[in-house]
Amino acid sequence: MISLDQQKETLNQAGLEMLHLCSKQLDNAREAFFTHDSDLAEEVVHTENRVNALDLKIDRDCERFIALHNPVASDLRFVLALRKINFDLERVGDHAYGISKYIIELNTPIDEELLIKMRVHEMFDSALSMLEDITGAYDEVDTKKARKVFKKDKILNEINMDSFRIISEEVKKQPELINQFLITFSIIKKLERIGDLVTNIAEEIIFYREAEVLKHRKKKKINRSKE
Amino acid sequence: MVKEKKENIIDSNLQRKHKLRTKGVKVWYDDFMAIKGIDMNIKANKVTAFIGPSGCGKSTFLRLFNRMNDYVDGFRLEGEVTIDGENIYKKKVNVEQLRKQVGMVFQKPNPFPKSIFENVAYGLKIQGLKDKKFLQEKVERSLKRVALWDEVKDDLNKSALALSGGQQQRLCIARALAVEPSIILMDEPTSALDPLSTSKIEELIYELKKDYTIVIVTHNMQQASRVSDYTAFFYLGELIEYDKTKKLFTNPEKKQTENYITGRFG
Repeated sequence: MISLDQQKETLNQAGLEMLHLCSKQLDNAREAFFTHDSDLAEEVVHTENRVNALDLKIDRDCERFIALHNPVASDLRFVLALRKINFDLERVGDHAYGISKYIIELNTPIDEELLIKMRVHEMFDSALSMLEDITGAYDEVDTKKARKVFKKDKILNEINMDSFRIISEEVKKQPELINQFLITFSIIKKLERIGDLVTNIAEEIIFYREAEVLKHRKKKKINRSKE
Repeated sequence: MVKEKKENIIDSNLQRKHKLRTKGVKVWYDDFMAIKGIDMNIKANKVTAFIGPSGCGKSTFLRLFNRMNDYVDGFRLEGEVTIDGENIYKKKVNVEQLRKQVGMVFQKPNPFPKSIFENVAYGLKIQGLKDKKFLQEKVERSLKRVALWDEVKDDLNKSALALSGGQQQRLCIARALAVEPSIILMDEPTSALDPLSTSKIEELIYELKKDYTIVIVTHNMQQASRVSDYTAFFYLGELIEYDKTKKLFTNPEKKQTENYITGRFG
């Protein structure tokens, strides 16, 4: 039987691969969106199969790890955290897929002025930056890095909150662009969800490392507790 | 010379939070120091598991509570071991009475080469109890308590040695219960049993803790985590960590404990 440490490292690497893959999916979706590159969007849609396959593999390997090695303490927290991280990343992949689907269906690029007004560039950049931070935090099991994403998530929440008001105003001025507005609004919602999923991943890294459960706690307190 | 009267010092009617306590306990076997100064409080009506690698002192420590180490050559004790607040190593302590209060179950089932009935009634008979009806009631109650009654009620006169290993072990627990102890010590009680018998004993342990204080030595980490409320990790004669089982097995304070329970040493 393969040793617990070897098996844990294999699982760890699979988790890292999932992080890289899902980050790449969102990065490609971003590029496809701003350059209106439907080929690249198609590539994201096809790569979704790989995300799903890796998700299933990690789930199955976690189950085997628990059944064969009966992990306890930090080993148990690791595998429990990885299962949730994997679940959250698969959802990140789904959102990248969803954004790419819109790009394929769009006939004309979305008005650049609207994108600036709605701060969509900033939103994509923040979400990708959060994914980059969380990949580093996961790789180095660095909870300080993991905590950084809570602050960045606030930017996404703020843009999301403003978007409803902006869309309502714009739709009155240019009702013929309703389709574009709705797609932009949907993409903003997806990016906001990605931010939430990345903060969930941060919570799981902290749970693994510090045995502390942050779920359903005020984020302000979370930041303060370690400062 | 007037022989000093030996007393039964344990008053189990006293409801104390801590049933067993040790204070600065050190044990030597000749020059070898097996226990290096342990302070420990064991809660009443809870299951406490002792874990640790072979030779860490956990069995020696367990056997302090019914003075089983007294028979080992070169055994020497320093410090205090108390049950219900009374020092059980005081000279006037009646050791037989003590062992009536503190039952023990061993690694290998050790029924006497007698009938099932005689095994359970043995402890009562040597106390001079002879009333047949009383003995029958006690035997039945003890066998029911260990969920063995339905399996053996028609064969009470059969040799106990004809029972399976798991049944023998439950019989030994019934034998210990018949004399109405308040504490049960178990030294790896399931290490010689198959998984099904093990699970029956574990269920029994869970049932029994309502009425007894149970201390169990085990090498099986899953068993410790399944059956116990508290776990103590021993290493080289020292108590390294002692905490609620759910804490010790999910987030131990000491690195040594973590390394042991995750199978990285020991």
